[in-house]
Amino acid sequence: MSGPQKNAVFLERANYRQRRLRDASRLLPILGIVLWTIPLLWRTDQAVGPSNSRMVIYIFGVWVTLIVASTLIARFLRSDETRD
Amino acid sequence: MVSFNSLIAVALTYVAMLFLVAFWAERSAAAGRARWLQSPLIYTLSLSIYCTAWTFYGAVGYATRSGLEFATIYLGPTLVMIGWWWLLRRLVRIGRTQRITSIADLISSRFGKSAQLGVIVTVIAVIATTPYIALQLQSVTLSVSVFARAGGEQWGNDELNATALWVAIGLAIFTVLFGTRKLDANERHSGIVMAIAVEAIVKLCALLAVGVFVVWGLGGGAADTLARIDASDMPMWTPDNGRWLALIFLSAGAFLCLPRMFQVLVVENADERHLNMASWAFPLYLFLISLFVIPIAVVGLDMMPEGSNPDLFVLTLPLSQRHDTLAMFSFLGGFSSATSMVIVSTIALATMVSNHIVVPLWLRLQAGEGAMISGDVRDVIILARRLSIAAILALGYVYFRLSGGGTALAAIGLVSFVGAIQILPAMIGGIFWRGATRVGAALGLIMGFSVWIWSLFLPSFGAGAVISEAVMQHGPFGLSLLRPQALFGIEGLDPIVHAVLWSMLLNMGAFLAGSLVSFPNPLERLQGAQFVNVFDHSTGSGAWTTATAGAEDLLIMSQRIIGATEAQAIFQREAARQGKVGYLPDVTPGFINSLQRDLTGSVGAATAHAMIGQLVGGSGVSVEDLMAVADEAAQILEYSNKLEAKSAEQERTAKALRDANEKLTALSIQKDAFLSQISHELRTPMTSIRSFSEILRDGDMPPADQARYAGIIHDEAIRLTRLLDDLLDLSVLENGQVILHEQTGSLTGLLDRAVRAAGVTDSRLEILRNQESERFDLTTDLDRLAQVFINLIANALKYCDAEHPRLRISVRQSDEGCYVDFIDNGAGIDAENQQLIFEKFSRVGDQSKAGGAGLGLAICLEVMRRLGGDVRYLAEHVGTGFRVTLPPEAVAETALAEL
Repeated sequence: MSGPQKNAVFLERANYRQRRLRDASRLLPILGIVLWTIPLLWRTDQAVGPSNSRMVIYIFGVWVTLIVASTLIARFLRSDETRD
Repeated sequence: MVSFNSLIAVALTYVAMLFLVAFWAERSAAAGRARWLQSPLIYTLSLSIYCTAWTFYGAVGYATRSGLEFATIYLGPTLVMIGWWWLLRRLVRIGRTQRITSIADLISSRFGKSAQLGVIVTVIAVIATTPYIALQLQSVTLSVSVFARAGGEQWGNDELNATALWVAIGLAIFTVLFGTRKLDANERHSGIVMAIAVEAIVKLCALLAVGVFVVWGLGGGAADTLARIDASDMPMWTPDNGRWLALIFLSAGAFLCLPRMFQVLVVENADERHLNMASWAFPLYLFLISLFVIPIAVVGLDMMPEGSNPDLFVLTLPLSQRHDTLAMFSFLGGFSSATSMVIVSTIALATMVSNHIVVPLWLRLQAGEGAMISGDVRDVIILARRLSIAAILALGYVYFRLSGGGTALAAIGLVSFVGAIQILPAMIGGIFWRGATRVGAALGLIMGFSVWIWSLFLPSFGAGAVISEAVMQHGPFGLSLLRPQALFGIEGLDPIVHAVLWSMLLNMGAFLAGSLVSFPNPLERLQGAQFVNVFDHSTGSGAWTTATAGAEDLLIMSQRIIGATEAQAIFQREAARQGKVGYLPDVTPGFINSLQRDLTGSVGAATAHAMIGQLVGGSGVSVEDLMAVADEAAQILEYSNKLEAKSAEQERTAKALRDANEKLTALSIQKDAFLSQISHELRTPMTSIRSFSEILRDGDMPPADQARYAGIIHDEAIRLTRLLDDLLDLSVLENGQVILHEQTGSLTGLLDRAVRAAGVTDSRLEILRNQESERFDLTTDLDRLAQVFINLIANALKYCDAEHPRLRISVRQSDEGCYVDFIDNGAGIDAENQQLIFEKFSRVGDQSKAGGAGLGLAICLEVMRRLGGDVRYLAEHVGTGFRVTLPPEAVAETALAEL
């Protein structure tokens, strides 16, 4: 009795993970937009605002973060499901 | 120093290599050995045509002018790619199920395979892309001129123009060779995709090589370069009134809507799962392409002499340091960027122009003969494509010449983007909103396109070039609300932001309003449902009725479009599937649909639809088809229809059941009433029998009483017996089990017997008879008839309440038989009871007087019916009267016998 029971729970859990992965996949661009909107809050005068290199590092850092997150999601996400 | 000639040699070698790669890829694909050609990696690399020469050279120039803003062009596509689950997956699935051949085809297909929308989108795409192609020609010529200058030659306009012309011709040849070799059902070009993938690697490596050289060769390492960036006066961050977000949106939209991007993203996509890898690999590609842009810009500004063109730093920095090989590599990178963009753009546009403009026009010119014209349509389509390719490149070249190859071209990338995203609302609306209609899409497209032309495209030629200075300042005809760069009086916006804002707002407004107020035709609604619910049912498209298309006609037409072998294969396969021998299958709606999809790949949805439409006749979509194939609404409708049918059936059953139940209930009530009557009737005599027998048992009484009580018991027992006899009699009569014994005898004798049996002789009842009229014989069951007569006489005896009771028995003969009336001088029976007296156990009036159980008249009626006659109450007489009717046979036979 316990065998199939466990199986069912396992499958359920896997499906649940897939759903959340899809959610994550959907949320990622929104996270990207938010993170890339933050520069609009930067002070523009050189004296108090972030330095040039830190601006560059921030923009590209967010970029790398998104790529890594997207890689991880794509690694586990099954895209062959017909419905979303 | 690299010589100009060696540069040309390298470039030509490179081009030859691309030809070989493309040729080899086509050969492998044709041989079916090219599984890896359709790998996600190749798909990702083919997306890199987003990075054109504008990226390769222009990004650095852009960065020197606006700092980090250059990155917006790559952030938008990054967001679209990592958010592929929202949009791209849907687009790709739609593209595959509907065999979409271009973005114009997508819009046309979505909105009921509308030919007009196809034309509108094609026109927008051509106008928006031509300057972009010119920009590529310019960048190639500029880069060549850099080498020429370095080689000591001073180039004038003539040499530049000649270079541009040769590049354009070379690209046209390459594109015609590999882009229109065949009309593929899937519109995929393995050769070109392979060549583009190679070019993608070349341009990425070239840019990375220059970047590495700049950072570690010139800048002194990563840390030093960062310090240089900090120290640079380059404006790194210019949060200029919304440009940052507007440009991210713009690039994201353009990434989807540019014809060449749609071509590689959707049309050339061989497998939906490739998106999974591309979702991170392409952002990575963009990231790597952008990575060294800022360092190259900063170092270039530091090291290059004042006044040198920052757009060419990628080339001039290595050259100035005498790194000829690197410079050459860099040149190839730029060359790759430009050529791959031009090739794919041209193919995409040529497909659109030929499918949506040339072929429909040609078909219309041939309208007399319809799709039955002789000759091979394939030749026409391929020729149309080749001419379109040449025309588009010629257009690009003309634009390049007209704009003078000046700096005006630098801004054209963004201008082109704004033009392309005018398709975005119709596209997004079309695939997510079923309410989007053709009218709305057309209005939105035209509105957005007009705003773009007026507020951005025409002004981009420079002040006074197309739109005069006065109009720019004061608006057309002095209408200041329509000033191109300050629409509706809103001034001070950046021109790009201004154009994006107004074109998108008005475009979307017109699209939404138009969709809300118009009504889609059936095909539109069907396509809308299929696009929006593409994941629910990834099969089927508009269904054709099989009206008039003969399999042979269809085969002839298909052969002309997709070639004899393939068409015959398709038909043979279908015939085999239907279990038939030979080439000609039955023309089912399903077959027509799949055939149409195959043709769509070659000539586009609208044209394929029109061509099949000419054969099949009519628009082809019937209400039934709509319901059968279409959307979930139809499915629900179908389901509910079924339910309705079922429930109607159930209702009928329920009604039958109700009727049966009512009958049963009535029967049961009758049975209950009958039983209670029976028990009541049995009880009364039983009660007296029991009580008198108890008294007798107790004994001790005078013999006279004893005899009286015994007499009562005896009477009651007789009554019980009679009742049971009656019941048995009735039951036998009702069940039709009675056996009649026919006898012949005179009516007089019968009546005498009845009067005697009824016990009249001892009573006060006076019987009045006319003996004369009774003198004839009857042939029937005389015993049963006597039973009826006895009953009627006994009733008169029992119930007649007159002071001197009299019963008149009169007999009359007629054609319909013989009537015997029994009429007394009593009070008669009330009208309401006249119907009841023939019912079982019915007794009218005083119950105590009744000796019987109320079965008498019921038995009489049954008997008379058995005998073929009747007994009924005579309401029209004074007193109680019954008429017994005997059938003519009972009398007539006797009459004959008498003769």
